[in-house]
Amino acid sequence: MIARQISLLFDGFAYGMLLFVLSIGLSVTLGMMNFVNLAHGAFAMIGGYVTVTLMQKAGWPFLATLPVAFLGAAVASVVLERVLYRRLYRATDLDQSLLTIGIVFVSIAAAAFIFGTTQQPIELPAYMRERIVIGDFSFGAYRLFLIVSALIITAVVVLGLDYTRFGAQIRACVDNQRMARGLGLNVDRIFMLTFAIGSGLAGLGGAMAIEIVGLDPNFGLKYLVFMLIVVAVGGLASIRGAFFTAAMLGIIDIFSKYYAPQVGSFVLYLVMVALLVWRPNGVFARR
Amino acid sequence: MRKILIGLGSVAAVALMASTAQAQQTIKIGLVMSFTGQFGDLGTMMDAGVRLYMQKHGDTVAGKKIEIIRKDSGAAGSAPDVAKRLTQELIVRDKVDIIAGFSLTPDALASADVLNESKKVGVIMNAATAIITATSPYFVRTSIPLPQAMAALGTWAAKTGGLKNSYTMVTDYGPGIDSEQAFQGAFKEAGGNIVGSVRFPVVSPDFSAFVQRLKDSKSESVYIFVPGGEQPAALGKALTEHGLSPKVTKVLASGELTNEAPLKSMGAAAEGIITAWHYDSGHKSAMNAEFVKGIAGLLNGRKPDQFTVSGYDGMHAIYEALKKTNGDTDGDKLIAAMKGLSWESPRGPMSIDPETRDVVQTVYLRRVEKLADGSFGNNEFDKLENVKDPVKAKLKAEGKLNPDGTSKK
Repeated sequence: MIARQISLLFDGFAYGMLLFVLSIGLSVTLGMMNFVNLAHGAFAMIGGYVTVTLMQKAGWPFLATLPVAFLGAAVASVVLERVLYRRLYRATDLDQSLLTIGIVFVSIAAAAFIFGTTQQPIELPAYMRERIVIGDFSFGAYRLFLIVSALIITAVVVLGLDYTRFGAQIRACVDNQRMARGLGLNVDRIFMLTFAIGSGLAGLGGAMAIEIVGLDPNFGLKYLVFMLIVVAVGGLASIRGAFFTAAMLGIIDIFSKYYAPQVGSFVLYLVMVALLVWRPNGVFARR
Repeated sequence: MRKILIGLGSVAAVALMASTAQAQQTIKIGLVMSFTGQFGDLGTMMDAGVRLYMQKHGDTVAGKKIEIIRKDSGAAGSAPDVAKRLTQELIVRDKVDIIAGFSLTPDALASADVLNESKKVGVIMNAATAIITATSPYFVRTSIPLPQAMAALGTWAAKTGGLKNSYTMVTDYGPGIDSEQAFQGAFKEAGGNIVGSVRFPVVSPDFSAFVQRLKDSKSESVYIFVPGGEQPAALGKALTEHGLSPKVTKVLASGELTNEAPLKSMGAAAEGIITAWHYDSGHKSAMNAEFVKGIAGLLNGRKPDQFTVSGYDGMHAIYEALKKTNGDTDGDKLIAAMKGLSWESPRGPMSIDPETRDVVQTVYLRRVEKLADGSFGNNEFDKLENVKDPVKAKLKAEGKLNPDGTSKK
């Protein structure tokens, strides 16, 4: 009985961590740069396709493709940022939404054209597909990998923002652009790099998501809702908030599907509504 | 004089050619399929079947040219009213003679009224809920009514497979419920016991909670239905991840679970999954080998699946019926010509039931095994011939079916 609950908790936490890695970049761009980037999922999809292509065509091992997935999404986002996004930094939310949702649709069509509409299968190395058994309790090795990766990413991002020079520069640019510029910071370049890191993390999330949820051209749209929930409930610009929200959503989702499968997929949204009524700016928002 | 004669002759020849061109009218076929969205791959695969058939058999039947008009029913998230609107537009504005395609059950059901009013034939190339063909006397199906294979699987599991109990997991929508009932009914009738069941929501990215339920039920076998697309692979992986390989728990399923993409992602963990289905690209026949080769040429090396073969056979039904009516596209005449058609398909022998306009075909029982090239594939180890849809057979026995195969209101 207890083993079952631990097992569910573990699966839910791992699923939450997947949502977290997918959303953390959105928390950065939406929360810190104040840019409504609905195309975040499209960058995640780029990462996914980079991994699939390298594994299928070039025979790379899964782990080796992950940094490339990060870079691929980051580079693609810099190109888009320079060409399109930059012009809309001061535009209204509606303009930003329209542009970025348009980019999502373009990305769907482009992916379908290049890779076809089919699901992309990947075959993980055997040690990641194994099931680890400890006493009564057993869990999938890949889920453990998800959890560990997410914890490392969280640590790097949180520590990086709080304690590095670049992190301080980002915070300065976000808090007061004019003052930051006056102090000689290249705001334009810092925003570009921040955006690239956020999108790169999405690419990494997209690559790691294939094993759990699959990859096809609609990826960018399908998980957008989950990403927005994580960011909205967690509170904008709060990495810790996004972390706890994602973990909570994953666990609630798995538990409700297990104990009440008839309404299982609905509970998640109820919880979201309740939390947002309680704290409209997000549960972990800084006041 | 000679010059004048030649001139006259060529004028006459041109006039003659012009008149034959006039007599050669076109027959328009409207394809309503999901080319984009969650079920975008279905449309791609069905359309490949249509294209291959026309490549092989030309685009002229009974002296008339066939013109295809494609419409995407998947653009707006596969809403059934989109399929209905497209069907309407095709008939009213584009003046098509025949409608074909229908990716999903709701699409077909929503379009039934339009077919009834306009008296146009609708060839179902995928949508698989049994009852669809009973909603309009103009529907013909070349794919599969799910209960056809699922009832066969239920009976086999209890009788030949020697299974005493089973747990069912299906997607919570028309075809899922249809297949759940067919499997449960047949399994119980043959002496099996259903120890539990669960229905997934249609959008269900992570299956681990449901798989955990199955595991806790300690059932010796499980029956699974999920629609084609992204879910078979995700579910297959969740099973693997929870250690539920067919060696521990017998996995019984519809063919979607062991199509090309999910088999690739499951790898060796899929070995032993048993499915009942009407088509597999590995089916051994000369015709199928040629079919697989043709599709590989069209789709960059991909293998055909049940959607492709249904598109191919749907076109065959249309071509043969047009030959019988000599190019007449009147809905009543066409449907009469399609009833009772029988032919050899890449899937094996099949025919159109004159009573229900549904497909009668061979259901194959297959087991996932390691193939000679090291990959995994479906090995057909048993088959049931000339299987009809059990749901409509039951309706008929209860006197709830009209002579034209529609159900009594």
